[in-house]
Amino acid sequence: MKLELQGITKRFGSLVANDNIDLVVNPGQVHCLLGENGAGKSTLMNVLYGLYEPSDGRILVDGKPVTFRGPGDAMAAGIGMVHQHFMLIPVFTVAENVALGDEHTKAGGILDLDKTRARIREISDRYGFDVDPDALVEDLPVGVQQRVEIIKALVRKAEVLILDEPTAVLTPQETDELIQIIEELKAGGTAIVFISHKLREVKAVSDVITVIRRGAVVGTVEPIASTGELASMMVGRQVSLSLNKAPATPGETTFTVRNLTVPGPGGQNLVDNISFDIAKGEILAVAGVQGNGQTELTEAILGLHPHASGSVQLNGKELLGMKVKDIIREGVGFVPEDRKVDGLVGSFSIAENMILNWYNEPPFAKGLAMKPAVVLKNAKEKVAEFDVRTQSAEAPVSTLSGGNQQKVVLARELSRPLNLFIASQPTRGVDVGSIEFLHKRIIAERDAGTPVMIVSTELDEISELSDRIAVLHGGELMGVVPGDTSRDVLGLMMAGMTAEEALGQDASVPGERSSATDGRRAAGEEER
Amino acid sequence: MSIAGSVTEPATSTGKSWKAPIGFGFGALVALLVFAFGGPATTAVFRVSDDSDRFRLADIALPANVVGWIVALALIAITVYVYLRVRRGEKINRWAGIAYAVLFVIGFLTWVVGIADRPSISLAGLVAGSVTLAIPLIFGSLSGVLCERVGVVNIAIEGQLLSGAFAAAVAASVSGNVYVGLFAAAFAGVLVSLILAIFSIKYLVNQIIVGVVLNVLVSGLTGFLASTLLSRDSATFNSPPSLPDIRIPLLADIPVIGPILFQQTIVGYLMYVAVIVIWLGLYRTKWGLRVRAVGEHPQAADTMGIKVNATRFWNVLLGGAVAGFGGAFFTLVSVSTFTRDMTAGQGYIALAALIFGRWNPIGAFFAALLFGFATNLRFVLSIIGTDVPSQFLAMLPYIVTILAVAGLVGRSRPPAAGGIPYVKE
Repeated sequence: MKLELQGITKRFGSLVANDNIDLVVNPGQVHCLLGENGAGKSTLMNVLYGLYEPSDGRILVDGKPVTFRGPGDAMAAGIGMVHQHFMLIPVFTVAENVALGDEHTKAGGILDLDKTRARIREISDRYGFDVDPDALVEDLPVGVQQRVEIIKALVRKAEVLILDEPTAVLTPQETDELIQIIEELKAGGTAIVFISHKLREVKAVSDVITVIRRGAVVGTVEPIASTGELASMMVGRQVSLSLNKAPATPGETTFTVRNLTVPGPGGQNLVDNISFDIAKGEILAVAGVQGNGQTELTEAILGLHPHASGSVQLNGKELLGMKVKDIIREGVGFVPEDRKVDGLVGSFSIAENMILNWYNEPPFAKGLAMKPAVVLKNAKEKVAEFDVRTQSAEAPVSTLSGGNQQKVVLARELSRPLNLFIASQPTRGVDVGSIEFLHKRIIAERDAGTPVMIVSTELDEISELSDRIAVLHGGELMGVVPGDTSRDVLGLMMAGMTAEEALGQDASVPGERSSATDGRRAAGEEER
Repeated sequence: MSIAGSVTEPATSTGKSWKAPIGFGFGALVALLVFAFGGPATTAVFRVSDDSDRFRLADIALPANVVGWIVALALIAITVYVYLRVRRGEKINRWAGIAYAVLFVIGFLTWVVGIADRPSISLAGLVAGSVTLAIPLIFGSLSGVLCERVGVVNIAIEGQLLSGAFAAAVAASVSGNVYVGLFAAAFAGVLVSLILAIFSIKYLVNQIIVGVVLNVLVSGLTGFLASTLLSRDSATFNSPPSLPDIRIPLLADIPVIGPILFQQTIVGYLMYVAVIVIWLGLYRTKWGLRVRAVGEHPQAADTMGIKVNATRFWNVLLGGAVAGFGGAFFTLVSVSTFTRDMTAGQGYIALAALIFGRWNPIGAFFAALLFGFATNLRFVLSIIGTDVPSQFLAMLPYIVTILAVAGLVGRSRPPAAGGIPYVKE
């Protein structure tokens, strides 16, 4: 099946999310849509999947124009979509999820899940998915959940499969498996639309790359284009992808964590007996797949987990058991992983958000009264210093782009003397241009002699920033390794191997790596 | 809950929960002090059959203080067992909870009957009365199940029951036909639901607020009509005929359970049918799969081509019909006149039954039975002349409700999208 988009335009009020986009997807081809967050990739796919109606333009299937009034129409036309946030019902079984909307029934509308189970097994066996139709979805690892999503599309005979940021939640190994699945689907004649902003994997899987910037197509290129070339197309200017940071000069160790444990609701520990140190002037990066205890680790250090046990010491002072406010007063800067939920108050102004952790003390307050003029003056200085792109420091922070919001959070946390700086996902949902800036600020904080802890699920970011890397899996520390450790070793550790096992395995079977990983490694080398 | 934010949420759910052992221990202490030490040296008699019954079984006679001691010791044993399980971080066996509840009820009944002036009650009467009182609660909580499973919180059960009661009384009186009354009751419930559906689904108004406002509106409107139209000519408007009992010969003679299963009005029989049909519908049919999907993850349902808001709309209307029909119980079965606010908060108890029953029709059925039992006990005990002050007995159903919903539910999981309107981005 050949799919064509001609002149697709989608407007939301005065905002043009997609501007006259043309795209051709051929059977047996992996077509990548590359663009930054907010470039309009997902909007385009939602138009294609019938979730949005295009303001202009048309969709052609095998040369014939079609209109999709809803996802049902798109599915009937052979288009399947795996959303970035999985559209699975956690309390349903795999079979129930797959059947939903396309149920086999016996007389009287009684569900006949046996037919669905048989179809799932058939597809699962053909592509080696290893999915149990009767497992509850919420019990499955994300990688398997993603396969369930793919099965959902295949059961509906999808000939075009849209994968929206499919690797965001996967370990490097799971990503390799996904790439193999894509190869097999491709060999079977399925057309794949692969949406991503990660240059490395886009180069590894795609046959054709279409780059989108600010809602418009900037060009269609072959995957042999260099990463630098792709990045500058994506951002619209030259970007330097590597930081060239100076080697760390670690001073004395001022921050120590010993046997930190955070109990979970079901008896298992979310953070399990973790110990590590960070010295002044070094960055410890915490790697791991999302949901392996990183969030709880940072929250426990900040005093947000009353049941945490063990010891967390900063400059010889025990933080565990202290109030959050007092921990902040000890000079702990904290960038939470979800700035919209925990980092900012959306309806407050930029100026107010800049002093959220300092609002009741001089110079911003005197007694019970706040000093708005001082608050505003502070904000204006920080806006200039951190290059926050805004009309006014009094604008609500929710009107800013993700990158600028993150700059506000960083500006607040870095604008006082720190003894420890913790940043969770410091550049998630941030445009490539701002990433560079944010990274430089973090390095500057390190060079000023602060112990820094970075939590990230992006290996690129980890290797960019880290002096040492701690890998978490299932709440346990798999080991602390040097900052230049290879991605393969890190990947094995993220999947649950200790540092020694991972190093051993990596050395013993060098030839067993999949071709996709080789491709990605080559792409990585080219970058430098 | 949402105010606490995502950062603190995991913290509150971590650690061992000592709620169960503490609650169990408190109950065991009460049993020890009241049932055992305070057990009267009388014999509590539970009559299984009445003199007029076709089959007669012997009465159960229990020496109150002996039973009190046995129950108290057994409860202490279960408490210790539960304490040990929790300390080892293991899950509490649900049978331990059920055994505890059953033992406690036996202990309480024996004690309360034992201290009465005439320590003898009819078990059949107690059970039959409980089921009868539970009927409107069950219809109400089934309405709640239908609405909440699809993601719409239905606080308006009270209003739906009351409007059903009113419509049934008026329609049956005017037409002289009880079945017209039943139909009108369901229709009135649908009308209340229609307002709920339009405001909560189309205009995205907070569902709790719409529900509460609807309850006040229905109360005011029916109260106004009752004091004007109905009281002016009550012979025409407010003297509905009663629904007859339909007795199935022989089966209805089975002791204790015969009357509750085989000697009911059509409303009673349809209550059993509704529980089973709604349960089967929700868990065994295509319709149910879609309904539950819409209540759990509407976006996912939408991407699978299911019309989320239409599903919600029709389910809310269906829920209204079920609750309205249940409201007919008040004026066509229980008493045969409509009086102002006669539902007396039963709709809220139905809501509690829904939560206690974990959003499951069968769970809600048993929860409603428990509340019906507590209400009926109050009547039965005042008849046999107990020393317990009547004000305390009047509180019994509500105390049971609070304990059930707050204490014993444990970690029950409501439909994930409950109360959140679905808007396509």
